[in-house]
Amino acid sequence: MLSQFGIMFLFILTAFAFIGGILLFGKLLRPDRPTEEKLTTYESGEEPVGNAGVQFNPRFYVVALVFVLFDVELVLLFPWATVFGQPTLIAETGGLWGWFALTEAVVFVVILALGLAYAWAKGYLDWEKPQPQLPTVATKVPTTLYEQVNERYKRPTTP
Amino acid sequence: MELTVLVIKSLVILAVFGITLLIATYSTYAERKVAAFLQDRIGPNRAGPFGLLQPIADAGKMFFKEDFIPAQANKWLFILGPCLAMLTALMSSAVIPFGDSIRYGSFEVPVQGIDVNVGVLYVFGVVSLGVYGVMIGGWASNNKFSLLGAIRAASQNISYEVALGLSIIAILMMTGSLSLRHIVNEQNGFFQWNVFTQPLGFVIFLTCAFAECNRTPFDLPECETELVGGYHTEYSSMKLGFYLFAEYINMFTSSAIISTLYFGGFQYPFMHQVHDALVDSLGSTVGHNIATGIGTAVLFGKIFFFIFFFMWVRWTIPRFRFDQLMNLGWKTLIPLSILNVVLTGAGLLFDKFKYATWLIVIVMIIMAATNAIKAPRRKPVTVPQL
Repeated sequence: MLSQFGIMFLFILTAFAFIGGILLFGKLLRPDRPTEEKLTTYESGEEPVGNAGVQFNPRFYVVALVFVLFDVELVLLFPWATVFGQPTLIAETGGLWGWFALTEAVVFVVILALGLAYAWAKGYLDWEKPQPQLPTVATKVPTTLYEQVNERYKRPTTP
Repeated sequence: MELTVLVIKSLVILAVFGITLLIATYSTYAERKVAAFLQDRIGPNRAGPFGLLQPIADAGKMFFKEDFIPAQANKWLFILGPCLAMLTALMSSAVIPFGDSIRYGSFEVPVQGIDVNVGVLYVFGVVSLGVYGVMIGGWASNNKFSLLGAIRAASQNISYEVALGLSIIAILMMTGSLSLRHIVNEQNGFFQWNVFTQPLGFVIFLTCAFAECNRTPFDLPECETELVGGYHTEYSSMKLGFYLFAEYINMFTSSAIISTLYFGGFQYPFMHQVHDALVDSLGSTVGHNIATGIGTAVLFGKIFFFIFFFMWVRWTIPRFRFDQLMNLGWKTLIPLSILNVVLTGAGLLFDKFKYATWLIVIVMIIMAATNAIKAPRRKPVTVPQL
Protein backbone atom coordinates (compact mmCIF):
# COMPACT_ATOMS: atom_id res chain seq x y z
CA MET A 1 0.00 0.00 0.00
CA LEU A 2 1.32 3.38 -0.99
CA SER A 3 1.69 5.92 1.77
CA GLN A 4 0.41 9.46 1.26
CA PHE A 5 3.87 10.59 0.33
CA GLY A 6 4.14 7.74 -2.17
CA ILE A 7 1.05 9.13 -3.89
CA MET A 8 2.62 12.56 -3.80
CA PHE A 9 5.67 11.06 -5.53
CA LEU A 10 3.32 9.58 -8.14
CA PHE A 11 1.86 13.04 -8.62
CA ILE A 12 5.30 14.57 -9.15
CA LEU A 13 6.17 11.79 -11.60
CA THR A 14 3.00 12.55 -13.54
CA ALA A 15 3.96 16.20 -13.68
CA PHE A 16 7.43 15.24 -14.97
CA ALA A 17 5.90 12.99 -17.61
CA PHE A 18 3.48 15.72 -18.66
CA ILE A 19 6.23 18.31 -19.09
CA GLY A 20 8.58 15.89 -20.85
CA GLY A 21 5.78 14.75 -23.14
CA ILE A 22 4.86 18.29 -24.15
CA LEU A 23 8.50 19.23 -24.81
CA LEU A 24 9.01 16.11 -26.92
CA PHE A 25 5.75 16.65 -28.82
CA GLY A 26 6.74 20.24 -29.54
CA LYS A 27 10.17 19.16 -30.70
CA LEU A 28 8.61 16.77 -33.21
CA LEU A 29 6.23 19.39 -34.58
CA ARG A 30 8.23 22.57 -34.87
CA PRO A 31 10.74 23.55 -37.56
CA ASP A 32 14.42 23.86 -36.63
CA ARG A 33 16.43 26.16 -38.89
CA PRO A 34 18.87 28.09 -36.74
CA THR A 35 20.98 30.85 -38.22
CA GLU A 36 23.68 32.93 -36.62
CA GLU A 37 21.39 35.93 -36.27
CA LYS A 38 18.67 33.93 -34.60
CA LEU A 39 21.09 32.57 -32.03
CA THR A 40 22.45 35.91 -30.86
CA THR A 41 21.40 37.34 -27.54
CA TYR A 42 18.66 39.94 -27.77
CA GLU A 43 19.81 43.42 -26.89
CA SER A 44 17.25 45.81 -28.35
CA GLY A 45 18.33 45.01 -31.89
CA GLU A 46 21.95 46.00 -31.34
CA GLU A 47 24.99 43.76 -31.44
CA PRO A 48 25.21 42.40 -27.89
CA VAL A 49 28.05 43.87 -25.85
CA GLY A 50 29.75 41.30 -23.62
CA ASN A 51 27.64 38.87 -21.66
CA ALA A 52 25.27 39.13 -18.74
CA GLY A 53 28.02 39.33 -16.14
CA VAL A 54 27.02 42.87 -15.27
CA GLN A 55 27.01 44.75 -11.99
CA PHE A 56 23.72 45.06 -10.22
CA ASN A 57 22.58 46.69 -7.03
CA PRO A 58 24.15 44.93 -3.98
CA ARG A 59 20.96 45.62 -2.05
CA PHE A 60 19.52 42.49 -3.59
CA TYR A 61 22.05 40.51 -1.55
CA VAL A 62 21.06 42.30 1.65
CA VAL A 63 17.41 41.53 0.98
CA ALA A 64 18.28 37.88 0.41
CA LEU A 65 20.24 37.75 3.68
CA VAL A 66 17.41 39.30 5.71
CA PHE A 67 15.03 36.90 4.01
CA VAL A 68 17.07 33.89 5.14
CA LEU A 69 16.76 35.09 8.74
CA PHE A 70 13.00 35.38 8.46
CA ASP A 71 12.59 32.10 6.65
CA VAL A 72 14.32 30.34 9.53
CA GLU A 73 11.87 32.06 11.83
CA LEU A 74 8.97 30.79 9.73
CA VAL A 75 10.28 27.23 9.71
CA LEU A 76 10.42 27.34 13.50
CA LEU A 77 7.00 28.93 13.85
CA PHE A 78 5.16 26.38 11.70
CA PRO A 79 5.49 23.49 14.19
CA TRP A 80 5.11 25.92 17.08
CA ALA A 81 1.74 27.11 15.73
CA THR A 82 0.36 23.58 15.67
CA VAL A 83 1.14 22.76 19.31
CA PHE A 84 0.51 26.25 20.65
CA GLY A 85 -3.24 25.98 21.23
CA GLN A 86 -3.57 22.25 21.96
CA PRO A 87 -6.33 21.87 24.56
CA THR A 88 -4.81 18.73 26.14
CA LEU A 89 -1.49 20.42 26.82
CA ILE A 90 -3.24 23.51 28.15
CA ALA A 91 -5.44 21.42 30.41
CA GLU A 92 -2.49 19.43 31.76
CA THR A 93 -0.63 22.54 32.83
CA GLY A 94 -3.65 24.48 34.04
CA GLY A 95 -3.51 27.11 31.31
CA LEU A 96 0.19 27.77 31.80
CA TRP A 97 1.26 26.05 28.56
CA GLY A 98 -0.31 28.57 26.23
CA TRP A 99 1.13 31.62 27.94
CA PHE A 100 4.53 29.96 28.19
CA ALA A 101 4.51 29.05 24.49
CA LEU A 102 3.34 32.51 23.50
CA THR A 103 6.00 34.26 25.59
CA GLU A 104 8.69 32.04 24.14
CA ALA A 105 7.58 32.76 20.59
CA VAL A 106 7.24 36.48 21.30
CA VAL A 107 10.82 36.59 22.62
CA PHE A 108 12.02 34.76 19.52
CA VAL A 109 10.05 36.98 17.14
CA VAL A 110 11.09 40.17 18.95
CA ILE A 111 14.78 39.29 18.54
CA LEU A 112 14.25 38.85 14.81
CA ALA A 113 12.09 41.96 14.62
CA LEU A 114 14.98 43.83 16.24
CA GLY A 115 17.13 42.59 13.37
CA LEU A 116 14.58 43.95 10.92
CA ALA A 117 14.45 47.23 12.82
CA TYR A 118 18.27 47.41 12.70
CA ALA A 119 18.33 46.87 8.93
CA TRP A 120 15.52 49.39 8.59
CA ALA A 121 17.23 52.04 10.75
CA LYS A 122 20.55 51.52 8.95
CA GLY A 123 18.74 52.17 5.69
CA TYR A 124 19.43 48.78 4.12
CA LEU A 125 15.79 48.49 3.13
CA ASP A 126 15.69 51.84 1.36
CA TRP A 127 16.02 51.92 -2.39
CA GLU A 128 17.42 55.27 -3.30
CA LYS A 129 16.44 56.59 -6.63
CA PRO A 130 19.37 57.18 -8.99
CA GLN A 131 20.20 60.84 -9.44
CA PRO A 132 20.67 61.58 -13.12
CA GLN A 133 24.22 62.92 -13.62
CA LEU A 134 24.50 65.63 -16.21
CA PRO A 135 27.64 65.27 -18.30
CA THR A 136 30.13 68.07 -17.78
CA VAL A 137 32.38 69.20 -20.62
CA ALA A 138 35.39 71.47 -20.20
CA THR A 139 34.86 74.05 -22.94
CA LYS A 140 35.07 77.76 -23.29
CA VAL A 141 31.78 77.95 -25.13
CA PRO A 142 29.25 79.27 -22.62
CA THR A 143 26.24 77.03 -22.03
CA THR A 144 23.92 79.91 -22.72
CA LEU A 145 25.34 80.41 -26.22
CA TYR A 146 22.24 79.24 -27.99
CA GLU A 147 20.02 81.55 -26.02
CA GLN A 148 22.35 84.44 -26.76
CA VAL A 149 22.33 83.69 -30.48
CA ASN A 150 18.58 83.30 -30.49
CA GLU A 151 18.22 86.55 -28.63
CA ARG A 152 20.48 88.37 -31.04
CA TYR A 153 18.87 87.26 -34.25
CA LYS A 154 15.37 87.37 -32.98
CA ARG A 155 12.87 88.13 -35.66
CA PRO A 156 10.39 90.81 -34.92
CA THR A 157 7.15 89.05 -34.11
CA THR A 158 4.41 89.60 -36.57
CA PRO A 159 1.48 91.29 -34.98
CA MET B 1 -7.48 -4.50 -3.64
CA GLU B 2 -3.97 -3.13 -3.84
CA LEU B 3 -4.39 -2.49 -7.54
CA THR B 4 -7.88 -1.00 -7.18
CA VAL B 5 -6.67 1.61 -4.72
CA LEU B 6 -3.77 2.46 -6.99
CA VAL B 7 -6.07 2.80 -10.00
CA ILE B 8 -8.51 4.99 -8.09
CA LYS B 9 -5.68 7.17 -6.84
CA SER B 10 -4.22 7.47 -10.34
CA LEU B 11 -7.62 8.49 -11.64
CA VAL B 12 -7.94 11.11 -8.92
CA ILE B 13 -4.45 12.44 -9.75
CA LEU B 14 -5.30 12.61 -13.45
CA ALA B 15 -8.58 14.34 -12.64
CA VAL B 16 -6.83 16.97 -10.51
CA PHE B 17 -4.31 17.50 -13.30
CA GLY B 18 -7.02 17.74 -15.91
CA ILE B 19 -9.07 20.24 -13.92
CA THR B 20 -6.03 22.38 -13.16
CA LEU B 21 -4.91 22.47 -16.78
CA LEU B 22 -8.42 23.04 -18.14
CA ILE B 23 -9.09 25.95 -15.79
CA ALA B 24 -5.66 27.44 -16.47
CA THR B 25 -6.24 27.16 -20.22
CA TYR B 26 -9.57 28.88 -20.05
CA SER B 27 -8.19 31.50 -17.66
CA THR B 28 -6.17 32.82 -20.59
CA TYR B 29 -9.39 33.11 -22.57
CA ALA B 30 -11.22 34.62 -19.61
CA GLU B 31 -8.43 37.10 -19.05
CA ARG B 32 -8.71 38.38 -22.59
CA LYS B 33 -12.48 38.56 -22.39
CA VAL B 34 -12.40 40.37 -19.04
CA ALA B 35 -9.76 42.77 -20.37
CA ALA B 36 -11.92 43.39 -23.41
CA PHE B 37 -14.97 43.98 -21.23
CA LEU B 38 -13.15 46.41 -18.96
CA GLN B 39 -11.72 48.30 -21.92
CA ASP B 40 -14.96 48.33 -23.90
CA ARG B 41 -13.72 46.02 -26.63
CA ILE B 42 -15.02 42.68 -27.94
CA GLY B 43 -12.07 40.41 -27.27
CA PRO B 44 -11.32 37.11 -29.03
CA ASN B 45 -14.32 36.04 -31.12
CA ARG B 46 -12.93 34.38 -34.27
CA ALA B 47 -11.86 30.87 -33.26
CA GLY B 48 -15.05 28.93 -32.61
CA PRO B 49 -18.29 30.29 -31.09
CA PHE B 50 -17.50 33.34 -28.89
CA GLY B 51 -13.81 32.63 -29.51
CA LEU B 52 -13.99 29.60 -27.25
CA LEU B 53 -11.34 27.73 -29.24
CA GLN B 54 -8.85 30.58 -28.83
CA PRO B 55 -6.76 28.85 -26.10
CA ILE B 56 -6.39 25.80 -28.33
CA ALA B 57 -5.29 27.99 -31.22
CA ASP B 58 -2.76 29.67 -28.92
CA ALA B 59 -1.42 26.30 -27.82
CA GLY B 60 -1.13 25.21 -31.45
CA LYS B 61 0.82 28.35 -32.23
CA MET B 62 3.17 27.61 -29.32
CA PHE B 63 3.78 24.09 -30.63
CA PHE B 64 4.56 25.13 -34.19
CA LYS B 65 6.85 28.06 -33.41
CA GLU B 66 10.54 27.55 -33.96
CA ASP B 67 12.48 27.25 -30.74
CA PHE B 68 16.04 28.47 -30.47
CA ILE B 69 18.49 28.43 -27.63
CA PRO B 70 20.88 31.40 -27.80
CA ALA B 71 24.47 30.49 -28.50
CA GLN B 72 25.67 32.20 -25.33
CA ALA B 73 23.08 30.56 -23.10
CA ASN B 74 23.71 27.69 -20.75
CA LYS B 75 21.76 25.07 -22.66
CA TRP B 76 20.57 22.66 -19.97
CA LEU B 77 19.74 25.30 -17.39
CA PHE B 78 17.93 27.19 -20.15
CA ILE B 79 15.67 24.18 -20.64
CA LEU B 80 15.43 23.44 -16.91
CA GLY B 81 14.14 26.91 -15.99
CA PRO B 82 10.67 26.81 -17.59
CA CYS B 83 10.30 23.12 -16.70
CA LEU B 84 10.86 23.93 -13.01
CA ALA B 85 8.39 26.82 -13.15
CA MET B 86 5.77 24.53 -14.68
CA LEU B 87 6.55 21.65 -12.31
CA THR B 88 6.17 23.72 -9.16
CA ALA B 89 2.97 25.25 -10.51
CA LEU B 90 1.49 21.82 -11.23
CA MET B 91 2.56 20.25 -7.95
CA SER B 92 0.85 22.62 -5.57
CA SER B 93 -2.72 21.73 -6.53
CA ALA B 94 -2.25 18.18 -5.22
CA VAL B 95 -3.26 18.84 -1.63
CA ILE B 96 -6.27 21.13 -2.12
CA PRO B 97 -9.49 19.58 -0.80
CA PHE B 98 -12.01 20.07 -3.61
CA GLY B 99 -14.92 18.57 -1.74
CA ASP B 100 -16.09 16.45 1.16
CA SER B 101 -16.08 12.79 0.08
CA ILE B 102 -17.73 10.44 -2.40
CA ARG B 103 -19.39 7.28 -1.12
CA TYR B 104 -19.24 4.25 -3.35
CA GLY B 105 -20.42 1.02 -1.81
CA SER B 106 -18.35 0.64 1.34
CA PHE B 107 -15.63 3.00 0.09
CA GLU B 108 -15.48 6.64 1.06
CA VAL B 109 -13.07 8.51 -1.21
CA PRO B 110 -12.21 12.09 -0.25
CA VAL B 111 -12.41 14.54 -3.15
CA GLN B 112 -8.77 15.57 -2.87
CA GLY B 113 -5.55 14.59 -4.61
CA ILE B 114 -3.64 13.69 -1.48
CA ASP B 115 -4.96 14.11 2.04
CA VAL B 116 -1.59 14.69 3.64
CA ASN B 117 -1.23 16.01 7.18
CA VAL B 118 1.33 18.68 6.24
CA GLY B 119 -0.69 20.23 3.41
CA VAL B 120 0.02 23.87 4.23
CA LEU B 121 3.74 23.22 4.63
CA TYR B 122 3.77 21.36 1.31
CA VAL B 123 2.12 24.24 -0.53
CA PHE B 124 4.43 26.73 1.14
CA GLY B 125 7.51 24.69 0.21
CA VAL B 126 6.45 24.25 -3.39
CA VAL B 127 5.68 27.95 -3.70
CA SER B 128 9.16 28.80 -2.40
CA LEU B 129 10.65 26.48 -5.00
CA GLY B 130 8.86 28.48 -7.70
CA VAL B 131 11.48 31.21 -7.51
CA TYR B 132 14.11 28.80 -8.84
CA GLY B 133 12.32 28.42 -12.16
CA VAL B 134 12.45 32.16 -12.79
CA MET B 135 15.96 32.63 -11.42
CA ILE B 136 17.54 29.74 -13.33
CA GLY B 137 15.80 30.68 -16.57
CA GLY B 138 16.80 34.32 -16.31
CA TRP B 139 20.40 33.54 -15.40
CA ALA B 140 20.88 30.86 -18.04
CA SER B 141 19.69 33.16 -20.83
CA ASN B 142 22.90 35.18 -20.45
CA ASN B 143 21.00 38.31 -21.35
CA LYS B 144 21.18 41.50 -19.31
CA PHE B 145 17.45 42.12 -19.37
CA SER B 146 16.73 38.55 -18.37
CA LEU B 147 19.22 38.65 -15.53
CA LEU B 148 17.84 41.89 -14.12
CA GLY B 149 14.28 40.59 -14.45
CA ALA B 150 15.19 37.36 -12.71
CA ILE B 151 16.91 39.15 -9.84
CA ARG B 152 13.93 41.40 -9.41
CA ALA B 153 11.58 38.44 -9.49
CA ALA B 154 13.60 36.52 -6.93
CA SER B 155 13.89 39.49 -4.61
CA GLN B 156 10.17 40.24 -4.89
CA ASN B 157 9.13 36.64 -4.32
CA ILE B 158 11.29 36.12 -1.26
CA SER B 159 10.23 39.44 0.24
CA TYR B 160 6.56 38.61 0.04
CA GLU B 161 7.01 35.00 1.05
CA VAL B 162 7.80 36.01 4.63
CA ALA B 163 4.58 37.96 5.08
CA LEU B 164 2.67 35.14 3.34
CA GLY B 165 4.04 32.58 5.78
CA LEU B 166 3.35 34.75 8.81
CA SER B 167 -0.27 35.28 7.79
CA ILE B 168 -0.66 31.49 7.39
CA ILE B 169 0.80 30.96 10.87
CA ALA B 170 -2.00 33.03 12.41
CA ILE B 171 -4.47 30.55 10.89
CA LEU B 172 -2.48 27.54 12.00
CA MET B 173 -2.56 28.83 15.56
CA MET B 174 -6.36 28.83 15.47
CA THR B 175 -6.72 25.37 13.93
CA GLY B 176 -3.67 23.66 15.38
CA SER B 177 -3.24 21.51 12.28
CA LEU B 178 -1.32 21.72 9.02
CA SER B 179 -3.88 19.67 7.08
CA LEU B 180 -5.90 21.76 4.64
CA ARG B 181 -8.93 19.49 5.09
CA HIS B 182 -8.79 20.03 8.83
CA ILE B 183 -8.61 23.78 8.29
CA VAL B 184 -11.70 23.64 6.07
CA ASN B 185 -13.61 21.51 8.55
CA GLU B 186 -12.81 23.98 11.34
CA GLN B 187 -14.63 26.72 9.43
CA ASN B 188 -18.12 25.28 9.64
CA GLY B 189 -20.57 28.09 10.08
CA PHE B 190 -20.53 31.35 8.16
CA PHE B 191 -18.96 33.49 10.88
CA GLN B 192 -16.32 30.86 11.56
CA TRP B 193 -14.78 31.50 8.16
CA ASN B 194 -11.25 32.70 8.60
CA VAL B 195 -11.93 35.85 6.64
CA PHE B 196 -14.03 37.00 9.59
CA THR B 197 -11.62 35.84 12.26
CA GLN B 198 -8.49 36.96 10.39
CA PRO B 199 -9.45 39.99 8.29
CA LEU B 200 -5.96 41.47 8.35
CA GLY B 201 -4.33 38.13 7.61
CA PHE B 202 -6.62 37.77 4.61
CA VAL B 203 -5.61 41.12 3.16
CA ILE B 204 -1.91 40.35 3.70
CA PHE B 205 -2.30 36.89 2.18
CA LEU B 206 -4.14 38.26 -0.85
CA THR B 207 -1.50 40.91 -1.49
CA CYS B 208 1.30 38.38 -1.14
CA ALA B 209 -0.52 35.96 -3.43
CA PHE B 210 -0.55 38.66 -6.10
CA ALA B 211 3.17 39.20 -5.61
CA GLU B 212 3.98 35.49 -5.65
CA CYS B 213 2.09 35.01 -8.91
CA ASN B 214 3.91 37.99 -10.47
CA ARG B 215 0.55 39.50 -11.34
CA THR B 216 -0.17 43.19 -11.75
CA PRO B 217 0.32 45.38 -9.68
CA PHE B 218 3.41 43.33 -8.82
CA ASP B 219 4.47 42.32 -12.34
CA LEU B 220 7.86 44.02 -12.16
CA PRO B 221 9.80 40.92 -13.23
CA GLU B 222 8.33 41.24 -16.70
CA CYS B 223 7.62 44.91 -17.07
CA GLU B 224 7.89 45.65 -20.75
CA THR B 225 8.76 49.29 -20.44
CA GLU B 226 12.14 48.75 -18.76
CA LEU B 227 13.15 45.14 -19.18
CA VAL B 228 11.79 44.14 -22.62
CA GLY B 229 10.24 40.86 -21.49
CA GLY B 230 11.97 40.38 -18.15
CA TYR B 231 13.25 36.91 -17.35
CA HIS B 232 11.68 35.32 -20.43
CA THR B 233 13.12 37.69 -23.03
CA GLU B 234 15.12 34.93 -24.74
CA TYR B 235 12.42 32.28 -24.61
CA SER B 236 10.29 31.22 -27.51
CA SER B 237 7.91 28.46 -28.47
CA MET B 238 6.73 26.00 -25.82
CA LYS B 239 9.28 27.10 -23.22
CA LEU B 240 7.78 30.58 -23.25
CA GLY B 241 4.42 28.86 -23.15
CA PHE B 242 5.47 27.06 -19.96
CA TYR B 243 6.35 30.32 -18.25
CA LEU B 244 3.12 32.01 -19.28
CA PHE B 245 1.02 28.97 -18.51
CA ALA B 246 2.66 28.49 -15.10
CA GLU B 247 1.43 31.96 -14.19
CA TYR B 248 -2.17 30.97 -14.90
CA ILE B 249 -1.83 27.69 -13.02
CA ASN B 250 -0.39 29.62 -10.08
CA MET B 251 -3.34 31.97 -10.28
CA PHE B 252 -5.78 29.04 -10.09
CA THR B 253 -3.88 27.43 -7.23
CA SER B 254 -3.64 30.59 -5.19
CA SER B 255 -7.34 31.28 -5.74
CA ALA B 256 -8.07 27.77 -4.50
CA ILE B 257 -5.78 28.24 -1.48
CA ILE B 258 -7.37 31.59 -0.64
CA SER B 259 -10.84 30.03 -0.82
CA THR B 260 -9.69 27.09 1.28
CA LEU B 261 -7.86 29.00 3.96
CA TYR B 262 -10.12 32.03 4.32
CA PHE B 263 -13.50 31.34 2.72
CA GLY B 264 -14.32 27.95 4.13
CA GLY B 265 -13.38 25.88 1.08
CA PHE B 266 -16.34 23.72 0.12
CA GLN B 267 -18.40 24.93 3.07
CA TYR B 268 -21.41 27.13 2.57
CA PRO B 269 -24.12 28.48 4.89
CA PHE B 270 -26.74 25.92 5.95
CA MET B 271 -24.55 23.13 4.56
CA HIS B 272 -25.47 20.62 7.25
CA GLN B 273 -29.21 21.22 6.86
CA VAL B 274 -28.92 20.70 3.09
CA HIS B 275 -26.83 17.59 3.62
CA ASP B 276 -29.30 16.11 6.12
CA ALA B 277 -32.29 16.90 3.88
CA LEU B 278 -30.61 15.28 0.88
CA VAL B 279 -29.59 12.20 2.87
CA ASP B 280 -33.15 11.89 4.25
CA SER B 281 -34.80 12.09 0.85
CA LEU B 282 -32.30 10.27 -1.41
CA GLY B 283 -30.54 7.81 0.87
CA SER B 284 -27.14 7.97 2.48
CA THR B 285 -25.14 7.23 -0.69
CA VAL B 286 -26.80 9.31 -3.41
CA GLY B 287 -27.78 12.12 -1.06
CA HIS B 288 -24.29 12.37 0.38
CA ASN B 289 -22.73 12.40 -3.08
CA ILE B 290 -25.06 15.15 -4.30
CA ALA B 291 -24.29 17.20 -1.18
CA THR B 292 -20.58 16.74 -1.92
CA GLY B 293 -21.21 17.85 -5.50
CA ILE B 294 -22.91 21.04 -4.31
CA GLY B 295 -19.97 21.74 -1.99
CA THR B 296 -17.49 21.26 -4.83
CA ALA B 297 -19.55 23.55 -7.07
CA VAL B 298 -19.55 26.19 -4.31
CA LEU B 299 -15.76 25.90 -3.97
CA PHE B 300 -15.34 26.35 -7.71
CA GLY B 301 -17.63 29.36 -7.56
CA LYS B 302 -15.32 30.91 -4.97
CA ILE B 303 -12.24 30.00 -7.03
CA PHE B 304 -13.71 31.56 -10.18
CA PHE B 305 -14.55 34.69 -8.25
CA PHE B 306 -10.95 35.02 -7.13
CA ILE B 307 -9.60 34.36 -10.62
CA PHE B 308 -11.89 37.11 -11.83
CA PHE B 309 -10.63 39.30 -8.99
CA PHE B 310 -7.05 38.76 -10.13
CA MET B 311 -8.00 39.94 -13.62
CA TRP B 312 -10.10 42.81 -12.35
CA VAL B 313 -7.17 44.12 -10.31
CA ARG B 314 -4.85 43.69 -13.28
CA TRP B 315 -6.82 46.12 -15.38
CA THR B 316 -7.56 48.53 -12.54
CA ILE B 317 -4.37 49.20 -10.58
CA PRO B 318 -1.14 50.42 -12.19
CA ARG B 319 2.22 48.80 -11.54
CA PHE B 320 4.30 49.61 -8.45
CA ARG B 321 7.73 51.11 -8.67
CA PHE B 322 10.45 48.82 -7.32
CA ASP B 323 11.21 50.83 -4.17
CA GLN B 324 7.50 51.10 -3.42
CA LEU B 325 7.20 47.36 -3.79
CA MET B 326 10.06 46.69 -1.37
CA ASN B 327 8.78 49.27 1.12
CA LEU B 328 5.33 47.72 1.09
CA GLY B 329 6.75 44.26 1.62
CA TRP B 330 9.35 44.88 4.29
CA LYS B 331 8.11 47.96 6.09
CA THR B 332 4.37 47.41 6.07
CA LEU B 333 3.32 43.82 5.51
CA ILE B 334 5.97 42.05 7.61
CA PRO B 335 5.56 44.20 10.77
CA LEU B 336 1.78 44.02 10.38
CA SER B 337 1.79 40.26 10.02
CA ILE B 338 4.06 39.85 13.06
CA LEU B 339 1.63 42.00 15.04
CA ASN B 340 -1.19 39.88 13.65
CA VAL B 341 0.42 36.65 14.91
CA VAL B 342 1.08 38.04 18.38
CA LEU B 343 -2.39 39.49 18.77
CA THR B 344 -4.05 36.29 17.51
CA GLY B 345 -2.10 34.29 20.08
CA ALA B 346 -2.99 36.63 22.91
CA GLY B 347 -6.66 36.61 21.89
CA LEU B 348 -6.77 32.82 21.72
CA LEU B 349 -5.26 32.41 25.17
CA PHE B 350 -7.49 35.10 26.60
CA ASP B 351 -10.73 33.15 26.73
CA LYS B 352 -10.40 31.64 23.21
CA PHE B 353 -11.43 34.90 21.61
CA LYS B 354 -10.95 34.43 17.87
CA TYR B 355 -11.77 37.91 16.64
CA ALA B 356 -8.87 39.74 18.33
CA THR B 357 -7.26 40.94 15.10
CA TRP B 358 -10.25 43.16 14.40
CA LEU B 359 -8.53 45.47 16.88
CA ILE B 360 -5.74 46.16 14.37
CA VAL B 361 -8.28 46.65 11.61
CA ILE B 362 -10.28 49.14 13.67
CA VAL B 363 -7.13 51.08 14.62
CA MET B 364 -6.05 51.14 10.98
CA ILE B 365 -9.46 52.37 9.83
CA ILE B 366 -9.41 55.14 12.46
CA MET B 367 -5.89 56.15 11.40
CA ALA B 368 -6.90 56.23 7.75
CA ALA B 369 -9.96 58.29 8.56
CA THR B 370 -8.01 60.84 10.60
CA ASN B 371 -5.44 61.05 7.83
CA ALA B 372 -8.15 61.64 5.29
CA ILE B 373 -9.68 64.40 7.43
CA LYS B 374 -6.32 66.06 8.10
CA ALA B 375 -5.21 65.91 4.46
CA PRO B 376 -5.21 69.29 2.73
CA ARG B 377 -8.23 69.83 0.57
CA ARG B 378 -7.60 70.26 -3.11
CA LYS B 379 -8.93 73.52 -4.44
CA PRO B 380 -11.51 73.22 -7.18
CA VAL B 381 -9.96 73.89 -10.56
CA THR B 382 -11.58 76.72 -12.43
CA VAL B 383 -11.70 76.07 -16.15
CA PRO B 384 -10.93 79.25 -18.09
CA GLN B 385 -13.68 80.19 -20.46
CA LEU B 386 -12.48 80.39 -24.06
